[in-house]
Amino acid sequence: MFFRNRKLPSIEAGHYKNTAQSPTEVMPVPEVVSISMSENIGAPCKPLVKKGDRVLVGQKIGDAEAFLSVPVHSSVSGSVTAIETMRNAMGGTDTYVTIETDGKQEVAEGIKAPVIDDQPGFIKAMRESGLVGLGGAAFPTWVKLNPKNLIDIDTFIVNGAECEPFITSDHRTMLEDADNVIDGMLAVMKWLIAEDGYIAIEDNKQDAIDNFNRLLKERGISKIKVFPMPARYPKGAERVLIQEITGKKCDAGVLPAALGVIVMNITSTAFVGQYLKDGMPLIKKRITVDGDAVRNSKNVLAPIGARIKDIMEFCGGYTEEPVKILMGGPMMGRAVYSDRMPLIKNNNAILAFSKAQAWIPEESACINCGRCHEGCPFHLIPTAYADAYEARDVKRLKELQVMQCMECGSCSFVCPAHRPLAFINKLSKALVKEAGDNV
Amino acid sequence: MSDMNFHDDLRVSSSPHIVTTLDTKKTMTFVLMALMPSAIAGVIFFGLYSLCLLLSCVAFSALCEYAYDRLMHRENTVKDRSSLVTGAILALTLPPTLPIWMALIGCFVSIVIVKCLYGGIGKNIANPAIVGRIVLLLSFTSSMTTWRYTNFQMANGTDAITGATPLGILTDSGIAGLPSLTDLLIGNRGGSLGETCIIAILIGGSFLIAMKVISPVIPVVYLCTVFVFSMIYYLIVPQEGANALYMSVFHLLSGGVVFGAFFCATDYVTSPIMKKGRIIYAIGCGFFTMVIRLFCSYPEGASFAILFMNIMTPLIDKYTIDSYYGVTQRAREEKKKAKEGANG
Repeated sequence: MFFRNRKLPSIEAGHYKNTAQSPTEVMPVPEVVSISMSENIGAPCKPLVKKGDRVLVGQKIGDAEAFLSVPVHSSVSGSVTAIETMRNAMGGTDTYVTIETDGKQEVAEGIKAPVIDDQPGFIKAMRESGLVGLGGAAFPTWVKLNPKNLIDIDTFIVNGAECEPFITSDHRTMLEDADNVIDGMLAVMKWLIAEDGYIAIEDNKQDAIDNFNRLLKERGISKIKVFPMPARYPKGAERVLIQEITGKKCDAGVLPAALGVIVMNITSTAFVGQYLKDGMPLIKKRITVDGDAVRNSKNVLAPIGARIKDIMEFCGGYTEEPVKILMGGPMMGRAVYSDRMPLIKNNNAILAFSKAQAWIPEESACINCGRCHEGCPFHLIPTAYADAYEARDVKRLKELQVMQCMECGSCSFVCPAHRPLAFINKLSKALVKEAGDNV
Repeated sequence: MSDMNFHDDLRVSSSPHIVTTLDTKKTMTFVLMALMPSAIAGVIFFGLYSLCLLLSCVAFSALCEYAYDRLMHRENTVKDRSSLVTGAILALTLPPTLPIWMALIGCFVSIVIVKCLYGGIGKNIANPAIVGRIVLLLSFTSSMTTWRYTNFQMANGTDAITGATPLGILTDSGIAGLPSLTDLLIGNRGGSLGETCIIAILIGGSFLIAMKVISPVIPVVYLCTVFVFSMIYYLIVPQEGANALYMSVFHLLSGGVVFGAFFCATDYVTSPIMKKGRIIYAIGCGFFTMVIRLFCSYPEGASFAILFMNIMTPLIDKYTIDSYYGVTQRAREEKKKAKEGANG
């Protein structure tokens, strides 16, 4: 029907891909790293080391027994100087293992390519690798790749859309690490028994599209296809991506696996390919460092746990006093309160904004233009949430399906009155969650 | 860690951290720019007095809003320029010979009574300019229905200064005295200040659509409805001496329907936000415009029709909520499950 099958709405948020042509530079190991014990959605890890211990590169330093968890590994060799609790970017507190590096980068024993014989072996290897969803969600990959309805999975989508402005780290992965992406895909598809593989790439990254097309042709792989998409925001959101590629609607709270689809970030996939070759767990991350307060914007391969300040020093330091520093892109990233925050696994960018770039115009009255609704990928009505939230009307919020909101920020972006609609949606969702089923 | 100077007082806020540069002020500026062609055409056709009328309406509207904000100790909202737009739209829908003091009453009604008293921009339930015009029409009926010939008509030997609008001619004396369609298109006919030159309105309207200030849904559906309605009407009740197609085009080009479709019916505040709702709203506007033109004693009905649909807007919004993404599917599955449960 005319109304049903239309493409999902999206917005023009600008690209700002300033670093797309800058090859990744490897950052030397800083003097100190602070590795968070809470690098995934789910249970945080308990430190396996204590103050004074010597740790090696790739050594497991944190693990948890809970189901939804992955271990954390040391990205450096050195000695543990502190195990402390610090406020994190989300506003809560996490335990951090602080390691003073010795610069030797000695690799721990037993780091070798995993031997995988069967599906459970693959899942176990994925857990040991410490991999989480690197697109930003930090969902443990081994849980994602181990769905209850394994038999139903037929499609594996690798998400290289990278619709967030500024970020180019996935783009660089696609150019510099394409073979690992394909190897990772083949491995995942083998163990998922998925027939169709897609690499979704926005059409503003034509070089990446061409690169994959060439490699797939050279290697004679026909079950993986490159899927170019319009470069609009938020085409890279999981539920949007599934709709665009398979035409299946993915409801909030429903795992894509229920629709027979698994979506994985391109950098995660590249890591799978790499891990199966050398067995080195996830200890470093390619990130985009950009923003107008950074002297040399570039892509950096930084060790997990490196503090923002150190990464900035590597990029030539600040040009002026940073007012806002973001972990992630400007649409969904989190503003951190201090540049002593360390890099965590799911960061794909660090943006430092000056006063001018961090400026957001003052809010004015809603003029009912409907742009927030037109821009919402899920046809939600953010203005109605704002009214209902003001009245703390949980019933109305539920009627309006506020829980469908994925907080992409499109509504706030397009609002000519500059109302913080996405923020109100977050508060509304919290309100609905708090009220539970009582209303 | 004391060896490094950290920045510990960074600004934190909820995402997104960048926003569009389009704001209310810019939007209103675009609308003002889009009104320029109509205003220029009006001044060319109806002379300098109409320019005075236009400027005094714009200035007085801004003044009204400023005075209200000061008096009520509210934030000064003149800077968003919406009052200028209201004043301009009101002036462009008035007869070019209307005494200025009457027009200023209309501005006062529009800005203070219809907009500010309801809570300012975004809170009014009806289009301020439309209500201002209707109040003037009902209060000063004779002045509001005195139409001046254009400068060109008078140069071509029309002795009188005032005469009827095309729709007035149609109501009174049939098609005999109607201007040609070309005259209607370029605006060489009696009518409101800015409503006569269809070409100028289309230029302004296209500009708004191109700048993505308005969506084409409302004007296109509105005008199509007018066309189709009059087509059907004149096929059933043929007009002497003219075919249905001519009459439909005539209805499209005369009166204030094109101006209303692009500049009044598309007012954000008083039109629905859902696409389906916008279609229903625009069909309603077209339908009631033609009902009033063909079956009521007023020759023109665009402003009444738009006002009526303005008031219907909350109702339309309520019943045209788009199916949220995924929700319909889930509802269907739940229904199915419930059915299976009942059967099993």
